[in-house]
Amino acid sequence: MKKLLLSLLVIYGILNSNAQDYFPKNDGVKTSNTNYTVFTNATIHTTPNNIITNGILIIRQGKIVDVGSSSIAIPKNSIITDLEEKHIYASFIDLYTSFGVQPPKKSKTSPFRGNPQYGSSREGYYWNDHIRPETNTLTHFKYDKKQADEYIKQGFGVLNTHMPDGIARGTGLLVALNNKGTVGERLLSDRSSHFFSFTKSNKSKQLYPTSLMGAMALLRQMYHDATWYEKENSKTKDLSLEAIIRNKNLPQIFEAGSKENGFRADKIGDEFNINYVLLGGGNEYSRIDNVIATNAKYIIPLNFPDAYDVSDPFSANLVSLADMRQWNQAPSNPSVLAKKGVVFSFTTHKLDKISNLQPNILKAIEYGLDHKTALASLTTIPAEILGKSDLLGSLKKGAYANFLITKEELFSKENIVYENWVQGHKNVINNMNVVPINGKYEFMISNKKYNMSITGKPSTPKAEITTEGKKLGTKISYKNDWVSVTFTQPDTTKTNYTRLIASINKKTNLWNGKVVLPNGTETNLIIKKKEEPPVTNKKEEKKSQQKPEVFPVTYPNMAYGHSALPASETILFKNATVWTNEKEGILKETDVLIKSGKIVSIGKNLSSGNAKIIDATGKHITPGIIDEHSHIAAAAINEAGHNSSAEVTIEDVVNPEDINIYRNLAGGVTSIQILHGSANPIGGQSAIIKLKWGENADNLIYKNSPKFIKFALGENVKQSNWQSFSRFPQSRMGVEQLFMDYFHRAKEYERLKNSGKPFREDIELQTISEIINGERFISCHSYVQSEINMLMKVAEKFNFKVNTFTHILEGYKVADKMAAHGVGGSTFSDWWAYKFEVNDAIPYNAAIMHNQGVLTAINSDDAEMSRRLNQEAAKSVKYGGVNEEDALKFVTLNPAKLLHIDDRVGSIKIGKDADIVLWTDHPLSIYAKAEKTIIEGAIYFDLEKDKVLRRKIKEEKSKLSSMMIKAKNKGLKTQPAKKKEHQHFECETLETIH
Amino acid sequence: MKKIINFIIISIFFLNNSNAQQTPAKIQSDPITIIGATAHIGNGKTIENSIIIFENGKITTIENNNNTATKGKIVQAEGKHIYPGFIAPNSTLGLVEIGAVRASDDDSEIGTYNPHIRSIIAYNAESKIVESMRPNGVLIAQVTPRGGKISGTSSIVQLDAWNWEDAIIKIDDGIHMNWPNIFTRGRWWLGEEPGFKANKEYNKQVLELKDFIKQSKASLKSNASDIKNLPFLAMKGIFDGSQTLFINARTEKEILDVISFAKEYELKKIVIVEGWEAYKVKEQLKKNNIAVLATRTHSTPQLEDEDYDISYKNPKILMDAGVLVALQNSGQMERANARNLPFQAGTVAAHGLDKEKALQLITGNSAKILGIDSFTGTLEVGKDATLFISKGDALDMRTNQLEKAFIQGREISLETHQTKLWKRYVNKYKQ
Repeated sequence: MKKLLLSLLVIYGILNSNAQDYFPKNDGVKTSNTNYTVFTNATIHTTPNNIITNGILIIRQGKIVDVGSSSIAIPKNSIITDLEEKHIYASFIDLYTSFGVQPPKKSKTSPFRGNPQYGSSREGYYWNDHIRPETNTLTHFKYDKKQADEYIKQGFGVLNTHMPDGIARGTGLLVALNNKGTVGERLLSDRSSHFFSFTKSNKSKQLYPTSLMGAMALLRQMYHDATWYEKENSKTKDLSLEAIIRNKNLPQIFEAGSKENGFRADKIGDEFNINYVLLGGGNEYSRIDNVIATNAKYIIPLNFPDAYDVSDPFSANLVSLADMRQWNQAPSNPSVLAKKGVVFSFTTHKLDKISNLQPNILKAIEYGLDHKTALASLTTIPAEILGKSDLLGSLKKGAYANFLITKEELFSKENIVYENWVQGHKNVINNMNVVPINGKYEFMISNKKYNMSITGKPSTPKAEITTEGKKLGTKISYKNDWVSVTFTQPDTTKTNYTRLIASINKKTNLWNGKVVLPNGTETNLIIKKKEEPPVTNKKEEKKSQQKPEVFPVTYPNMAYGHSALPASETILFKNATVWTNEKEGILKETDVLIKSGKIVSIGKNLSSGNAKIIDATGKHITPGIIDEHSHIAAAAINEAGHNSSAEVTIEDVVNPEDINIYRNLAGGVTSIQILHGSANPIGGQSAIIKLKWGENADNLIYKNSPKFIKFALGENVKQSNWQSFSRFPQSRMGVEQLFMDYFHRAKEYERLKNSGKPFREDIELQTISEIINGERFISCHSYVQSEINMLMKVAEKFNFKVNTFTHILEGYKVADKMAAHGVGGSTFSDWWAYKFEVNDAIPYNAAIMHNQGVLTAINSDDAEMSRRLNQEAAKSVKYGGVNEEDALKFVTLNPAKLLHIDDRVGSIKIGKDADIVLWTDHPLSIYAKAEKTIIEGAIYFDLEKDKVLRRKIKEEKSKLSSMMIKAKNKGLKTQPAKKKEHQHFECETLETIH
Repeated sequence: MKKIINFIIISIFFLNNSNAQQTPAKIQSDPITIIGATAHIGNGKTIENSIIIFENGKITTIENNNNTATKGKIVQAEGKHIYPGFIAPNSTLGLVEIGAVRASDDDSEIGTYNPHIRSIIAYNAESKIVESMRPNGVLIAQVTPRGGKISGTSSIVQLDAWNWEDAIIKIDDGIHMNWPNIFTRGRWWLGEEPGFKANKEYNKQVLELKDFIKQSKASLKSNASDIKNLPFLAMKGIFDGSQTLFINARTEKEILDVISFAKEYELKKIVIVEGWEAYKVKEQLKKNNIAVLATRTHSTPQLEDEDYDISYKNPKILMDAGVLVALQNSGQMERANARNLPFQAGTVAAHGLDKEKALQLITGNSAKILGIDSFTGTLEVGKDATLFISKGDALDMRTNQLEKAFIQGREISLETHQTKLWKRYVNKYKQ
């Protein structure tokens, strides 16, 4: 008794805390319902890990008053529902929706068209329109009952919604799906979390950023600026930065949308001590170790791709193995994440319709996801991410009365969700009091015997009536304990219907009603069930269900991927012609031993030890080819939004899943510099990578990579070849002054930084000051002699050297000046005539520069040519008579020197990285093929293995095709065959981020 | 006075400098004999230690040098190699000078069906790009218009002439058609998914094209008094066999559709251009005696999953199957890069084709496909003396070093705008 009193007191306390209203009410008397609603005898899943059998759940005024075993006290003024054999679960939460929010529409014209908008369109906010952290979703929010019903049917009680627009998107709100409540009741929080993405706002056409890396740089700068602003250093008012500061302690949710972008967001987060919750892309399983390493919580969409329609072999050809595999493997994404301990919640985001949620969760379970994790991903985990575990996601005292009543355990195929209660309000999804009428019946009308069999779901049954061995056209409807059946007569020439209506007695299961005959006569009728439906054997059903076949992941997870990452080997090459690029020159009949990723010895008759021996008789070994100017393996190339984009870096957007990496390996290429494009005079920072096909983006990038930046001159930066007249500079004269301006400002910046006075971290000026300090090297896109000379003079004014002129097609005209300045030249072998400024480009350029003492290289700027760079080097023999040993250096040692990586690569020298190529023939000959391409002792390309891979690709694709055709024949939805593609990049490519 | 002298000096300088083009060579007057070289005939055969004599622009002797009597001027070429001039089909040489400068661009006309548009009258015989072909051995080109469904009519020229009329070796040789594409590309700039998807308009576009062919065929039978429809009448040659119909088709299905199209309209001579999936329908091509001008070998595979060397070996697969195949170089920077045609052939050899067969891809086979094999394309008696001497294997950039080149017996200059600049700046650094 004491106990009861105590618990009642506790209950009273809880209720009392929010009992006093402060708002007027004009549509009736102010009343409040203080009765209790109690559910007994239920299996209550308070959390995924805690189950109370025969439990009691007590709620009042939208909250849970008590939950526990049968021993807890039930207040007297209770309405009690017996839930014997039924289950209670917490309702679901979706962290990532735009429920009730209408996002602005995207403009259909390209932002580059006409005179692009460079400035912002707002006052009092951040200088970039795509930073909108001040957005409060509530001001755009309208509760949508119809949509709410969709969510309620799937089991959701609470949604986190936001305005999906911009890079910093502002705060989301948390709303309970309480259709009967007031706005004040439903709104759980108007600042539930802070949202980010890499996509621009549709509200503004401000050009910057045009690229993914620009979006990343912008976010970083925004955080730096907020730090500066917070210290009250700013003279201007900035409501956006104030919002960033204000929102700092909210959960930070990042719409990444793919595993790669997830890693990119995580990288920014790490730099600013933010642990973003990442919206994934459904392909996390293919780089699961990197996903684990982010240590982030994920929000995972369940939009498993439809099978491709491959029934037409001509178009089926378009579908890549990667896309076929994604179809096959994606349903296993949740189970892989769960098994690896990644914490994630599910979202309906990206689903074609919300009602696909439960079927897709069942699919994920079929592919190995455990029930507990599935439930946690919809309840406890999202609640925890929101910091609202006390109120949401589990059934406990004081939490919102958001719960589901189900027939069986959730996520079992036989389950039916009966009710979804939100804030104590009942939503009936399937009537739980339906008396099951399935079974066999027999009745007589006008002395005729009818047999009726009823099957299907309890609330939506199907009926079949036969008489005299003939099947009749039958319709049945069953609602609120009344069943009505309409059926035809055996004589089908007449359209006569017999109608039957009866109420079902819950206790006796008898049908009590009447029959209306076609002629209008009515007779009373009582029907009794003759036979119960057969009980399905669940165990047997399970047995017959085969586990779906999931193909193994490769690295990268696409055609030509490795089943395991290549490891460094100990290899002895016997009897090769070795192009050392050192003073030893070209050594004939020589052995090379590589071990632990390094070149260990070079000489005759080396002993093999336990090395793998490769007979290289008649073959040639050279250092791996190095491309000074490449645009492959990148998810972005040009940040064209400003005339300087020194703040962006290609390292942010390295794409390890570009097939061109593999194709370049097949051409003997081992290292490349991925340069920013030439859309602006000051471009972005480079990524220098090794083509370790299969590794992740970070592992491709050189460790302690030398710092580089792209500059550009000429037609592209003055925008001569596209109709754009609003950006400075429009002439070569302006280009010089732009450089002067930036270098002066960078010096000012550094002075301030070193002065100890407060200063604002500015990534762009920081990067440019590194150039002046000799810590960062310029690779400058250049064509005509005037501008080449200009940049050298500008550099000399600021006491630094230009490191490389790339393209440098008129280098031969100023080779003496280049040599005097100490700049290298990395040129095309024979490109010319494609635009006005290359009219005087000559294939003798490399030879002349080389002969004048300029450190000379030959580059590609082209995914096709890069795989034949050895041949491009050979053209220097043809044009200008460079000797063959020097010609090979144009694509090996010299670019290594230009990139400041010649201490590691570029020659066959003991102690250097074992980045080498075994050629079938003289490496400068058109007839030479790369037989093996080795990076740090690991074989990344092998002609023989390539053959095996081709066969495997064919086999796997044909298997997957059969599976897709089978899926199509089963009536599953398909999508038309297509070839997905990233944009191909060259120097001049302008990409857009939407 | 001083002013006038200055003016003259400037004018002379300017003339010299702007008139970078090489002066076309005179008509061959005396016989020329080349002795001792390895002659690569262009039909798969070679003659070691050969003797070649040509007179009045035609080859009169080519055989193993067994004390054969020489004639006229003698060129000793022991250890060197002689090749027929390389042929660049489906090129826009002379139609565009600088890709990015619209004013210099004459390679396509507006409109969809332009068979009456003739490339030859826009051909700039003095193009700096044209002359840059010759030091690599490319001496003949098919000058081909671009654009539309039917781009227009091409002509075949030799690359050493004063003007277009002098350059012609076969006028109005063929009509060029762009077969509808079974795939369309997503327009990413409109927010569409990039990449290929099925072209829903394909059948409709094919029907439209066929309708044009039907109309053209019917027009041929019109009365002399009827008003002339120039585009329809321009199609005459493809029905009577006097012109070749070059059809740009890429994929397996497109090529199969082209084959049945040719049968349906009784087209006498058609050639598939590009045909990056031609290797998949080699039997059908062989059976129907249809030749292919293959996708440039120096191109990346169209699809991610394809063999890295698919474009390298496509011509070999076709040739092995008995299909008549040659190389062409349309695509990005196609004019300047046409001089790399020999290396495109070399690449096919690197990936398995016999070197002499690879040579056929840019000589004998090209001539057959273009319908000029009766007088050029191989080193055979009676044919044009359009040939060159290289120090080494001309299909390999490492050894492609031209010493002399002849077009119809005329010894042409191997200097170019580019060699002039080279010499000028080599001399600058000697000063």
